[in-house]
Amino acid sequence: MHKIVSAIFLAENIKKIEIEAPRIAKKRKAGQFIMIRVGETGERIPLTIADSDPEKGTISIIVQGMGKSTKELNSKNAGDTVNDIVGPLGTPSHIEKFGTAVSIGGGVGTAIAYPTAVALKEAGNYVITINGARSKDLVILENEMKAVSDEAYITTDDGSYGFHGFVTQKLQELIDSGKKIDYVLAIGPIPMMKAIAEVTRPYGIKTMVSLNPIMVDGTGMCGGCRVTVDNQIKFACVDGPEFDAHQVDFKNLTDRNKVYLPEEKQSAEAFRHQCNLQ
Amino acid sequence: MDPQHITTKERFAIPRQVMPAQSADIRNKNFKEVNLGYSAELAQTEALRCIQCKDPACIKGCPVNIKIDQFIKLIADGDFLGAARKIKEDNVLPAICGRVCPQEDQCEKTCILTKKHTSVAIGNLERFAADYERETGNVKLPSVKASTGKKVAVIGSGPAGLSCANDLIQMGHAVTVFEALHELGGVLVYGIPEFRLPKDIVRSEIDGLKKLGVEFITNAVAGRSVTVDELLTEEGFDAVFIGSGAGLPWFLGIPGENLLGVYSANEFLTRVNLMKSYQFPDNDTPVFNCKGKNVAVFGGGNTAMDAVRTAKRLGAEHAYIVYRRSETEMPARLEEVHHAKEEGVEFLMLMNPLEFIGNEQQWLTGAKCLKMELGEPDESGRRRPVPIIGSEFVLPVDMAVISIGNGSNPLIKQTTPDIDVSKRDTIVVDINTMATSKDNVYAGGDVVTGGATVILAMGAGRTAATAIHRKLMGIDSDE
Ligand SMILES: Cc1cc2nc3c(=O)[nH]c(=O)nc-3n(C[C@H](O)[C@H](O)[C@H](O)COP(=O)(O)OP(=O)(O)OC[C@H]3O[C@@H](n4cnc5c(N)ncnc54)[C@H](O)[C@@H]3O)c2cc1C
Ligand SMILES: Cc1cc2nc3c(=O)[nH]c(=O)nc-3n(C[C@H](O)[C@H](O)[C@H](O)COP(=O)(O)OP(=O)(O)OC[C@H]3O[C@@H](n4cnc5c(N)ncnc54)[C@H](O)[C@@H]3O)c2cc1C
Ligand code: SF4
Ligand code: SF4
Ligand code: FES
Repeated sequence: MHKIVSAIFLAENIKKIEIEAPRIAKKRKAGQFIMIRVGETGERIPLTIADSDPEKGTISIIVQGMGKSTKELNSKNAGDTVNDIVGPLGTPSHIEKFGTAVSIGGGVGTAIAYPTAVALKEAGNYVITINGARSKDLVILENEMKAVSDEAYITTDDGSYGFHGFVTQKLQELIDSGKKIDYVLAIGPIPMMKAIAEVTRPYGIKTMVSLNPIMVDGTGMCGGCRVTVDNQIKFACVDGPEFDAHQVDFKNLTDRNKVYLPEEKQSAEAFRHQCNLQ
Repeated sequence: MDPQHITTKERFAIPRQVMPAQSADIRNKNFKEVNLGYSAELAQTEALRCIQCKDPACIKGCPVNIKIDQFIKLIADGDFLGAARKIKEDNVLPAICGRVCPQEDQCEKTCILTKKHTSVAIGNLERFAADYERETGNVKLPSVKASTGKKVAVIGSGPAGLSCANDLIQMGHAVTVFEALHELGGVLVYGIPEFRLPKDIVRSEIDGLKKLGVEFITNAVAGRSVTVDELLTEEGFDAVFIGSGAGLPWFLGIPGENLLGVYSANEFLTRVNLMKSYQFPDNDTPVFNCKGKNVAVFGGGNTAMDAVRTAKRLGAEHAYIVYRRSETEMPARLEEVHHAKEEGVEFLMLMNPLEFIGNEQQWLTGAKCLKMELGEPDESGRRRPVPIIGSEFVLPVDMAVISIGNGSNPLIKQTTPDIDVSKRDTIVVDINTMATSKDNVYAGGDVVTGGATVILAMGAGRTAATAIHRKLMGIDSDE
């Protein structure tokens, strides 16, 4: 059992939850995640460790309510508990002094990009961050990102805040302005990551993406999280979740993530029904 | 029959007692245990078949050398608790081994009766004694020696880790087990299905260890949550036993393996057993909806049998075993093959998959296979399957389960480079002590042998426990 220390909404449907997990708080590195199981009948879902406080023995996760498990988690408040947390899992982000590093987050992907942006800054990089959201009220971690960036940009699809357009357009603009970019990290919805890969490919800029396949154990035991990278099977939970964007088979990942659509719908509806009754 | 005055001839006349089971067309729709166990009467009758050899050959066939003749005699005499305790002198998990040991290749193979009649049903009797002890609430905790002040960390809570922990705690050492998953038991809980090994039994065995004082930490992945080196330094353990199993699924490496509907056996069984997706939506984890579908399982071992029988129970219209060799070469326990057939599983032998075929949405629709025939024997003495040219055909299937074996998880190896591993990534040990190349670190079970058996893993755990004890107490190994 792990106690929730605090839980606050950052935007509609996106909650930051701080949980007691002392061992993980001590060990985790940027880019790593946990598997969490909310209740006794819950499924194991992966969530990135957004932040940690080793002294307090807590970690923070930022959760977007997608279906049953994430919505149930987001219904929790300070003082509540979750059954199981295991981590830190996954290979930590590869951090070095690249020179100029651009960290791009789309939607809740910003939460996943944030810890790596911090690490890139600590390693002495010139850090540029681009945070994309559909509209102003969905922008998260604006101040946190600013604090670690040498240049920070916000983009919104509807133009309600910051740059009007997609993160890809902003990145292209930066490249066109003649800026020498040595490294790009892009995390967000699959179409966004795929589009970023195509922007940087012609320039040969090293580009990493964090993949989000469906996971079960998160320890390399089931192979359910397999993704195709450079025409080879990789297990995202141990070999990743970060991979070279120019070698990822995004189509296969998109297809595989649809495998449980009817079941996910059924669970989400049952959960909504249960909430309405309470 | 009076057990004291029975002639050998009379013993020989008793047929092997069949274990009652749920009937096939009922059990293939539920997840309750298939075998129902012997009654006391059946057990005593079966026990009378044992001729009490002077030099019991059966014992040599058992990897942990259970005093088989003695425990069977106790059953014949009606001292069921005595029998259970006799078994436990050598095997801490008899209710489990009685159910899952490949007896026909071990104790029952070497039983003297096998030559002339059918062997004594040693596994069934072992199961009976252990169940009797547990179900009557008579499990007696063994005594624990005075504390030695030494601490041992055990990685993995499968049969290897559990048996090692059991012996060490009784010798007076403090033992902490670190388990990666949220439940304890290893393959016993995530792999072997409820209908073959009820999870309550595994749980009650583990509860016994808890009562003895073994500390269990779940959700702790060695190599990630804590490294072997940290256990030996910061965490203050005097020795570490690695029993992390062989949990890295192999795939076939053929086109189409990433289509929707293609699973590793580990994923399929973990979803169903550990995450209880057969109770979806009451449990949140979904699994492929097998109802009315065609499911093919590729492989011929115990894991394949478990997967295919699980698919059948989830409502598969056709559930196939597709195996490269012929039935005689299948490594699965005979009983499971037999049960699977009774349940309606279809066996497609001498067939090799070439490619998985999918539709527009990338869902699996078929497996292109090649028929094989048996050629000359290979180095292992098994006749090698060779393809029949031009025999390709497409088997229409909606779900495929790959069950061709497992490698070992790389996490510990990656984070503890000073532990030697073989080319196959298994940990290299001295088989007399289970010591690895790293000081005070021992290993046993599937992580050393590759996928093997429950009883071998337990035996390895015990060997390691003895060696660790000697090392920690400074006992010379020549003594
Ligand atoms: C390494 C990694 C890190 C992640 N970090 C974050 C994070 O920091 N914040 C966040 O909000 N989300 C994160 N995700 C995504 C998150 O795990 C999924 O949104 C969540 O599992 C959905 O579960 P659900 O029951 O709420 O929704 P569902 O209705 O079950 O599914 C919604 C979608 O989520 C995906 N999904 C479903 N089950 C799983 C599963 N067991 N594992 C992975 N994906 C699944 C599927 O693509 C599905 O279409 C991460 C995913 C991965 C792989
Ligand atoms: C489906 C299936 C059916 C089988 N049927 C039979 C049968 O009928 N009869 C038989 O004799 N054998 C059978 N076997 C084989 C048998 O189960 C194994 O040989 C045996 O369980 C091996 O025991 P072990 O303790 O070495 O490993 P496991 O049982 O695999 O246990 C290893 C444990 O270590 C944990 N672990 C792994 N890595 C780490 C880490 N880094 N940190 C912490 N914990 C970790 C795992 O989660 C697991 O709980 C079957 C196997 C399978 C998969
Ligand atoms: S442990 Fe296995 S091999 Fe040994 S006697 Fe029991 S069933 Fe036979
Ligand atoms: S070999 Fe067979 S008959 Fe002889 S003691 Fe063992 S079980 Fe009994
Ligand atoms: S989630 Fe099971 S291997 Fe990655």
